[in-house]
Amino acid sequence: MSNILSALPQVLVDGLTLGAIYAVVALGYTMVYGILELINFAHGEIFMSGAFIGTGLLLSLGVFGIAMPAWITLILILLLTALLTGLLGIGIERLAYRPLRKAPRLIPLISAIGISFILQDLVRFFAEFKTGNYIVTGTTLFEGKVTIPFSSIIGTFHNATIKNNTLILIGITIIIMILLDIFVNRTKWGTAMRAVAQDQETAALMSINVNKVISLTFFIGSAIGGATGFLFAQQYATIDPYIGFILGLKAFTAAVLGGIGNIRGAMFGGLILGVLEVFAAANLSTITGGVIGSEYKDVFAFTILILVLIFKPEGLFGKSVKEKV
Amino acid sequence: MEMSKWSVMMKDSPKMQLSMLLLFILASSASVYFLERSVTAFLLLLGSLLLLHYTSLSNRLKWIISLLLLVVIIPFATSGGTSQQDYMEVAVQTGIYIAMALGLNIVVGFAGLLDLGFVAFFAIGAYTYGIFASPQAAQLFHSDFFPLAGTWFWPFIIIGGLMAALFGILLGIPVLRVKGDYLAIVTLGFGEIIRIVFNNMDKPVNITNGAQGLSQINQPEIFGFTFSLASQFYFIVIAILLIVIIAVRRLEDSKLGRSWKAIREDEIAAQAMGIPLVKTKLWAFALGASFSGMMGVVFSAKNMFVDPSSFTLIESITILVMVILGGMGSVPGVILGATIISVLNLQILTEVTNFLTQNFSISDTLSPMKMQRLIFGVVLVLIAIYRPKGLITAKPKKVDPGKLIDQPTTDK
Repeated sequence: MSNILSALPQVLVDGLTLGAIYAVVALGYTMVYGILELINFAHGEIFMSGAFIGTGLLLSLGVFGIAMPAWITLILILLLTALLTGLLGIGIERLAYRPLRKAPRLIPLISAIGISFILQDLVRFFAEFKTGNYIVTGTTLFEGKVTIPFSSIIGTFHNATIKNNTLILIGITIIIMILLDIFVNRTKWGTAMRAVAQDQETAALMSINVNKVISLTFFIGSAIGGATGFLFAQQYATIDPYIGFILGLKAFTAAVLGGIGNIRGAMFGGLILGVLEVFAAANLSTITGGVIGSEYKDVFAFTILILVLIFKPEGLFGKSVKEKV
Repeated sequence: MEMSKWSVMMKDSPKMQLSMLLLFILASSASVYFLERSVTAFLLLLGSLLLLHYTSLSNRLKWIISLLLLVVIIPFATSGGTSQQDYMEVAVQTGIYIAMALGLNIVVGFAGLLDLGFVAFFAIGAYTYGIFASPQAAQLFHSDFFPLAGTWFWPFIIIGGLMAALFGILLGIPVLRVKGDYLAIVTLGFGEIIRIVFNNMDKPVNITNGAQGLSQINQPEIFGFTFSLASQFYFIVIAILLIVIIAVRRLEDSKLGRSWKAIREDEIAAQAMGIPLVKTKLWAFALGASFSGMMGVVFSAKNMFVDPSSFTLIESITILVMVILGGMGSVPGVILGATIISVLNLQILTEVTNFLTQNFSISDTLSPMKMQRLIFGVVLVLIAIYRPKGLITAKPKKVDPGKLIDQPTTDK
């Protein structure tokens, strides 16, 4: 028990880091679902592509010997990655979802799975072609770490260490979430987005260009997902083409947890899931006396998903919707 | 002009079709027999089954010819060269996949429930036999009764199917309350959970032997004869497959089958017509899972080894691709889809890769064998956009309205 308590600060720090990533990726799922009622299976892969595009840009900067202050490099790469993955998102929507908007619901889901496989393999191909291995290790922009002296506050706590990269990751994801919240709630385009989510046909009658709004939604969701992918690569150093699938699934869990379609819900859902997962990974084996170890942390996340879907499908912050005939 | 005359003649005369078909079978089986190792010839021979599907012969004749092809001609034709076991290996794998795809077709095609973790049931079947027919069980129960001898394989086909069905129901009870898209995610999660659990059940009590898997699984045995070669397993697979196909065919137009389709088309309307939603969906899960479980038993007996790496998400997606490519809800379509994808996976990709590496010395990265995901992805997207009903569209059974009126009504 005292073990659990003393490790708590580190668990919280790691959990919030992971949670911040889940939260931003969950935003992409929730925005698209809010508008099209489609699970964009490929979103996890967009996140993964972002990780590779960002790392690729960073590595090629090194190859060309261009030296810049680290923070300028970071911002440049983030913006470029966001732009590219955003365009990727628009392209995917045009190619694989738009022709199917009137099809039965199973069909767009199938093409989404298809796109997700295509992206995985294309990225694997390029990574292997360039580096000879599909697992890529990038260089990190910010070395060093900070120690937060939790033990001086309460004696039972151990200190938590936090990488500079992690601070940046948390900072940027918070900025992204605040900006998105302002965009959706305060701007004209944000209002248009909410209108389309509520009722496509009526929104169209109010002279909103529905197709444009959908493209914009995909652009924003994919751009922030891709940028987070690069931050993820900075945080965890190694990436492979298959990181997106399970992470996407968990981010989707976060979106469901917060109430799918609900943007603020997705942010909280992500943070909660991240902390829970890291807590489980650190302590499952202590709690169960070694019967269930940290290998089961994914099982733990999926169990949460299944429980939420069964008992509270509208999520923690969502409104329950009656089905209309 | 000449061509169109020909095609009209072919269309009108079943006799013409039959003789052409027999000629085709003769030619292709002869080439399989005499050529040393020709994938093309083997594919043509398999293709005769597809041709048979498109002829306008009577159903009975179709069954007789296809049985002859599967039980006599194909085993005989492949026995000609030295690569008999290679052909048969492909045939056995294909048969296993066809049964699984037919099982998934019940869930996805008939009942319209997208299941992305279907391989879990295959794993359950495989482990059911694997644990009891390998030294694992002796260690687990400290009993000399285990490992079970190969004769137990036969009842275990049923037991494996039942176990898978049981898990289908256990999964279904909580999960089926979840609607449409969510169901896909939940089943995907379930598939991963099963794999992770099998991967880690070597402690605290060693049940599945973890990532090392179970080895030395006993091979099937009957009257002292042991099945060990692919060409021998072929007959087991064909027998199970026949039962599965007949069962699916009968189910399709049964009351249960029609209920599934009603739910697929409109859940609320179906419920309003008095169809019990949960019960009907559970039947779909259980029956679909049981086909998969039976083949799981065959799989572990044939390989004499199971480990969790055979049951990954890509396997579930592979089976889904088969169903979607062939045509959701269409039995001949799903059989075709399963055959195309497994032959593509097992033979064509390997052959093309060998050909390319020998002649062009391409890098390993480019090899088509590694492109499996890309190919599946492209197939899924193209089918979804251009042919959502698959290669062979499901045909609803035709009902003659006149006959319906003539039937005596019971409530007099």
